Amino acid sequence: MQVSDSKMQVVWEPIADLAKSVNSGSVSALELVEKSLGLIEKHKEFNSIIATTETRAKQRAMQIDSDIADGKTVGRLAGVPFVAKDNFLTFGSETTAASNILKGFEAPYQSTAIEKLEAEGAICVAKANLDAFAHGASTENSDFFTTKNPHDMSKVPGGSSGGSTASVALKLAPFALGTDTGGSIRLPASFCGVVGYKPSYGLVSRSGVVAMASSTDVIGPIASSVEDASLVLDVIAGQDPLDSTTIERCNSYTKLSAVNKPKVGIVKEYMEQGVNPKVKELIIKAADDLKSDGAEITEISIPSLPLSLAAYYIIVPAEISSNLGRYDGQRFGKSINSGDVNDLEENYSRVRQEGFGDEAKRRIMTGTYVLSSGYYDAYYKKAQLVRTKIINDLNEAFNKVDFLMGPVSPQVAWNIGEIADPLSMYLVDIMTVAASIAGLPAISIPCGTVSDMPVGLQLIAPYKQDLKLLSLADLYERRSNG
Amino acid sequence: MNDYKTVSGYIPTIGIECHVQLKTKSKLFSGESNDAKSAKPNEAVGHVSFGMPGALPVLNKKAVELAAKAAFALNTKPQNYSKFDRKHYFYPDLPKGYQISQFEEPIILGGYVDILVDGEKKKIGITRAHMEEDAGKSTHPAGKDYSLVDLNRAGTPLIEIVTEPDMHSAAEAKACAKSLYLQMKYADVSDVDLYNGNMRFDVNVSVSKDPSKLGTRSETKNLNSFKSVERAVEFEIARQIELLEKGGGVVQETRGWDDAKQKTFSQRTKEDAHDYRYMPEPDVPPIVLTDEYIDEIQQQIPIMPDEVRSKLNSISLDSSQVESIVSEPSVAYFIIELINHDQETAKIIANWVTGEIAKLVIDSKVNWDEVVKAKNSLITLADMIKSNQLSSTNAKLLLIDVITNNVDPNKLAKERGLLQDSDESSVEQIVLSVIDDNPNAVNDVKNGETKAIGFLVGQVMAKSQGKANPALAKKLLESRLNNS
Repeated sequence: MQVSDSKMQVVWEPIADLAKSVNSGSVSALELVEKSLGLIEKHKEFNSIIATTETRAKQRAMQIDSDIADGKTVGRLAGVPFVAKDNFLTFGSETTAASNILKGFEAPYQSTAIEKLEAEGAICVAKANLDAFAHGASTENSDFFTTKNPHDMSKVPGGSSGGSTASVALKLAPFALGTDTGGSIRLPASFCGVVGYKPSYGLVSRSGVVAMASSTDVIGPIASSVEDASLVLDVIAGQDPLDSTTIERCNSYTKLSAVNKPKVGIVKEYMEQGVNPKVKELIIKAADDLKSDGAEITEISIPSLPLSLAAYYIIVPAEISSNLGRYDGQRFGKSINSGDVNDLEENYSRVRQEGFGDEAKRRIMTGTYVLSSGYYDAYYKKAQLVRTKIINDLNEAFNKVDFLMGPVSPQVAWNIGEIADPLSMYLVDIMTVAASIAGLPAISIPCGTVSDMPVGLQLIAPYKQDLKLLSLADLYERRSNG
Repeated sequence: MNDYKTVSGYIPTIGIECHVQLKTKSKLFSGESNDAKSAKPNEAVGHVSFGMPGALPVLNKKAVELAAKAAFALNTKPQNYSKFDRKHYFYPDLPKGYQISQFEEPIILGGYVDILVDGEKKKIGITRAHMEEDAGKSTHPAGKDYSLVDLNRAGTPLIEIVTEPDMHSAAEAKACAKSLYLQMKYADVSDVDLYNGNMRFDVNVSVSKDPSKLGTRSETKNLNSFKSVERAVEFEIARQIELLEKGGGVVQETRGWDDAKQKTFSQRTKEDAHDYRYMPEPDVPPIVLTDEYIDEIQQQIPIMPDEVRSKLNSISLDSSQVESIVSEPSVAYFIIELINHDQETAKIIANWVTGEIAKLVIDSKVNWDEVVKAKNSLITLADMIKSNQLSSTNAKLLLIDVITNNVDPNKLAKERGLLQDSDESSVEQIVLSVIDDNPNAVNDVKNGETKAIGFLVGQVMAKSQGKANPALAKKLLESRLNNS
């Protein structure tokens, strides 16, 4: 299978094949990197990229090519270019998290995920745009610029990993890395029509990734196929001595085997009011497709699920307010000349005033409020209780079915600037946050279009059932492509 | 307890919070070196302690082990389950904007330490003790428009011990601080170097006329000696009583200690108090200790100061000798080993280590390690006294060489000509000449003044340059004088 773009006539073979070609010497890593960099330049107008890592990428490519010429085998991702969301610490360019406060920050170390990819020969060519600090669902909260949807430049790509998903949709590189805290991989994958995978919490190390909300942040691949996403996951998954919340991995995430008569539950609460009827139709069609592949489809109700959003928007801002504390202008990123301020207090205020965007400030204030003495019990503690209930209810649901399904988003991509009210923007996450606060693996796979805009099917599996989830997604993808 | 010693009719009440730096090679949440003694500022810092974006804390196993040991030193057991929380405040020496601490479920709950004040033993309850990371160090150079931050200390593992408000005098507070110090030293969880801030004390002091009600308290922070604990408490008791007597009130506040002026001073009042916005630490999984693990830790707990004292008391040392031996665990274990072997030898050596050897240590002529290592030679030296080969006076002359050069005391005494003379005929010669030279004393003895015998023995010793066996000299003197 080859993924091609009719407009561009550009083809990225499946990642495994690309790496094979590089390892065999039939194509050079440098050619792939140059191709990718050329496409990035060509599609600049979409604003999916903050910066390229051109010099380092080319050096790495030449090194890989010379290793191969010397007869060495480089790895499973030899020479494969990729794009990383700009909240991954990487060498070769600044790491900004699309925020003014981190502008100018050159990472002194690389995130574990990047290190693992590089160890297999992959080459990071660019850093992708995002909502600053991953706070958002459209990339409109980027402190730099808004990324445009590859399918319609007037629409948002979704967020917060919108730069990464747009890059993959534009085929700037065969895959990208994103982060998903409440839907930030799945939503933009759905809006851009690519595969976005959110692993079980802890399956991929968070070390070296700018933290948003530590208890729900996960790192995952964005690719053109489930097969590619599986291969990338297989490389980055596993315990890391630098992240004590990482969990044991399974043997292989690439051995996608047929799932035998899976029981799939359509989540009733995800198909109710507010969902675009055409989106609903596509989900039902996807269910039918799965059925003809042997799946048993039922409807399942989890009444507490809609509470996820309220719990999420208390717990996550609380963690954000804590995690953003280190951006104080004293050690890295933006700083204020001490001669320009009277005291430390003013220094802190100016750095944060000028360095954080509105959404970061909003979340810091919400989080600070819910953690304040006197409010902690009413908000944070209550939200944690709700979280526990949702986890329990989901576990119970998984006693009845093997997978849950529904849309990723009730709507397709909206116009840039259309959602101005921050609370309305929060509501966009309604169908993605439950898997996040429960730590469950979930995936967005393209399942059709509404008014020419892509729609994503969301499949959710029990905790640590990543391989099964990818297998089911692969099954679905083969049918829908076939 | 109703037997408070009141001060001008007020009952002082004191509680202590004590920070103890744990002696680990690396920091509490990273592999960065925890030994910054010879490091330049900001040299012993890595991504985690620097608060670098994306850097995550990973709990140090050794620190947990030491905290678990500390639980036994506080006469309790570590909790099977404990967890970390974030304590938020902004200061440049706190790089992450929060300190990782334990708030809701600390590793140690309960326990006590014993104190001895004016011969009375008392238990001071421990409320809790939790693990946390230390902050960096800020300095504010005088006359400059900048401050300096050294993050070497950031991330150093600490336990913070919180006592019950069980103390009612400055002396009790000092004794408690000292007791905590000794317990930590014996459990070997910290280097307990007070000068370098390995242990720091905060004292909460209040006074009240009503024994059933506590007064408003002040907290004096960062005391780094037992003396300053005592003086700060004394000062606070006096200051608060004076305020109340003048009709004023005590303000709940944090105070500092000015060692030069021997005064406390106000740092911040309750109104400025931080809301720390405690939150469970999502990056560090809870600490789960199995019963088997806890039992293993318990096996490692050595003989603690209380038991050491009762062992030392069995050779009837005075209390200042006991305390001086207790203060040095390696010496205490050495003496206890001797006691188990032979009490008389133990007593001789105990007298040395609290006398002449202590002086040698103070004068930096020997150190305690060398003393303990010279065990066999010291035993030989003590045996020589016991068998009248050497006078105890002359034995002391040999101590420094025996300890530092580890030479055979027999050989050394011989070389120096200090061996005791127990040859009857040679001692008798001296006895006779002393009798001739001291007719007055001889008369006194004959008239029944037995004290004079001691004087004559002394003369014999002097004349023999300390070599004559004094018991033999006395025996010969007595037989001579009684028979003539």
